[in-house]
Amino acid sequence: MATAHSRAAARIMIAPATVLLLGWMLIPLCMTLYYSFQRYRLLTPDNRGWVGFRNYERFLTNPAFQDALINTLLLVLGVLVITVVLGVLLAILLDQPMFGQGIVRILVIAPFFVMPTVSALVWKNMFMNPVNGLFAYAFEAVGLQPYDFLSQAPLASIIGIVAWQWLPFATLILLTAIQSLNSEQMEAAEMDGAGPIQRFIYITLPHLGRAITVVILIQTIFLLSIFAEILVTTNGGPGTASTNLTYLVYAESLLSFDVGEGSAGGVVAIILANIVAIFLMRMIGKNLDA
Amino acid sequence: MGTITLEKVTKSFGDVQVIPPLDLEINDGEFVVFVGPSGCGKSTLLRLIAGLEDVTSGEIRIDGRNATEVPPARRGLAMVFQSYALYPHMSVRKNIAFPLRMAKMDKAEQDRRVENAARVLNLSNYLDRRPGQLSGGQRQRVAIGRAIVREPAAFLFDEPLSNLDAALRVGMRMEISELHSQLETTMIYVTHDQVEAMTMADKIVVLQAGNIEQVGSPLELYHRPRNTFVAGFIGSPKMNLMSGAEADKYDATTVGVRPEHIDVTPDGPWQGRVGVAEHLGSDTFIHVHETGLAETLTVRQTGDISVRHGDMIRLTPRQDEMHRFGADGLRLE
Repeated sequence: MATAHSRAAARIMIAPATVLLLGWMLIPLCMTLYYSFQRYRLLTPDNRGWVGFRNYERFLTNPAFQDALINTLLLVLGVLVITVVLGVLLAILLDQPMFGQGIVRILVIAPFFVMPTVSALVWKNMFMNPVNGLFAYAFEAVGLQPYDFLSQAPLASIIGIVAWQWLPFATLILLTAIQSLNSEQMEAAEMDGAGPIQRFIYITLPHLGRAITVVILIQTIFLLSIFAEILVTTNGGPGTASTNLTYLVYAESLLSFDVGEGSAGGVVAIILANIVAIFLMRMIGKNLDA
Repeated sequence: MGTITLEKVTKSFGDVQVIPPLDLEINDGEFVVFVGPSGCGKSTLLRLIAGLEDVTSGEIRIDGRNATEVPPARRGLAMVFQSYALYPHMSVRKNIAFPLRMAKMDKAEQDRRVENAARVLNLSNYLDRRPGQLSGGQRQRVAIGRAIVREPAAFLFDEPLSNLDAALRVGMRMEISELHSQLETTMIYVTHDQVEAMTMADKIVVLQAGNIEQVGSPLELYHRPRNTFVAGFIGSPKMNLMSGAEADKYDATTVGVRPEHIDVTPDGPWQGRVGVAEHLGSDTFIHVHETGLAETLTVRQTGDISVRHGDMIRLTPRQDEMHRFGADGLRLE
């Protein structure tokens, strides 16, 4: 790609994709911004007009907003902690030579192939249901009162479900990272007198630093917008106990038929996501430099 | 102290025995080189001594104590790996101090030893850099530094120079030899490069397929190879080995003569056609074909000699430098 000719050709070839992507991103973004400054209720669709920052004011002062904000952060943080910690441990286990390694690896990765709505429904009906669920059965088997996960601890339950879905992703990335660890480094550490735990702390964990960063960054992007799992299990309830920002935007725009306030919520969510991204890059972005 | 004794040591991977029963005695302060073609088991042998592989049977004694079941960290040995195996996320200082830190040595003593090692190895200016910011030779020195600070009973080197370029290799070769004379610690060094073996070793162990072919000083191996394998392996270029009518004249199955022990003379008993002549300036290696003795005879002449491709020349071997080998490949005296 050195000559002026080939550079021009490259630009022309890339142009359609760039234009498409720009349109794809910019048009919805602009429309959201436009609606967020409009009075637009689906029950009174003719009563449109500019309202300035009224929608933002209403969304931010909505008592559900603060809950949703905290829930969103708890959900992201909880799932990240579970998937990274368990992911590292699972990756180390899967790296050990064992019988049926290929099959076990496929089984571990399987949850990632299950659609979010499906897996959430499976968890809700087959495991967490207080009457028919496996957990209820297990509780009764040892003489305990069945626990109604989704109404007693709705957010924790959803964190569990989402973590179950994302664990394979973390495991997969961390496993490939572990496999790239130079075995001579481990042997050198062994000869230097480091025990298994010290080798894990001083050699394996630093080696995994970059992979863990990748896992955290990618998962955060997706976890900020968790929606399907909440919709099919708790509907954001009881009250606002399991409502996150995405669900609140949905509730405002489609359950309260207020497109204006929903759009304002969407813009707020974008800003918050960027704040989270800046914090993340500040904290762990340096791990990505070679 | 650093004597290492191997007694009837064997190693099998599954059904494949890579090291048949093997005995070896390594004395305190010796520089021992394991040399052999790739896949001859020399690295495996080193790893057995280090404790990174378990022996299948037999006994390894270090300083007279049975160390067969002792974990690697407690054998008092330090190893320098082929890839250096430095810890990439730690500074040079932390890399060198790592074994001391694992031994929970106090901080002041750690610093003293690290500074000491850095001075010996000319690393003092690089202590706060990461391994990734160092050149190959410097990384090599860090790896050696990490071995030195432990003050081990013996150093183990696993082909440490094979990742360096030719000039650096010669330099590091000297540095390691220098280090050995300074520290006077036992060193075991694995290489496939016989020049390294010849220049550094007090004692060379020639291995083939897990078997020890010969143990001896470099010159002993050069002058009195025990069998045809050692004869062909030690020396560069390789010894010319001939069988058939020429060998019969000497009452042997195979006779060998080194390239440097053949002279180009106007009236020599052998004659042949010159193939490639390699002019190195100080030496000229002439590859001679159509001699009727062996496919190619290599002849070394000092200085530049004017022979051209296709010339017919006559050669005279030095009779007192002929090596005779019997039907079993062993040397005949």
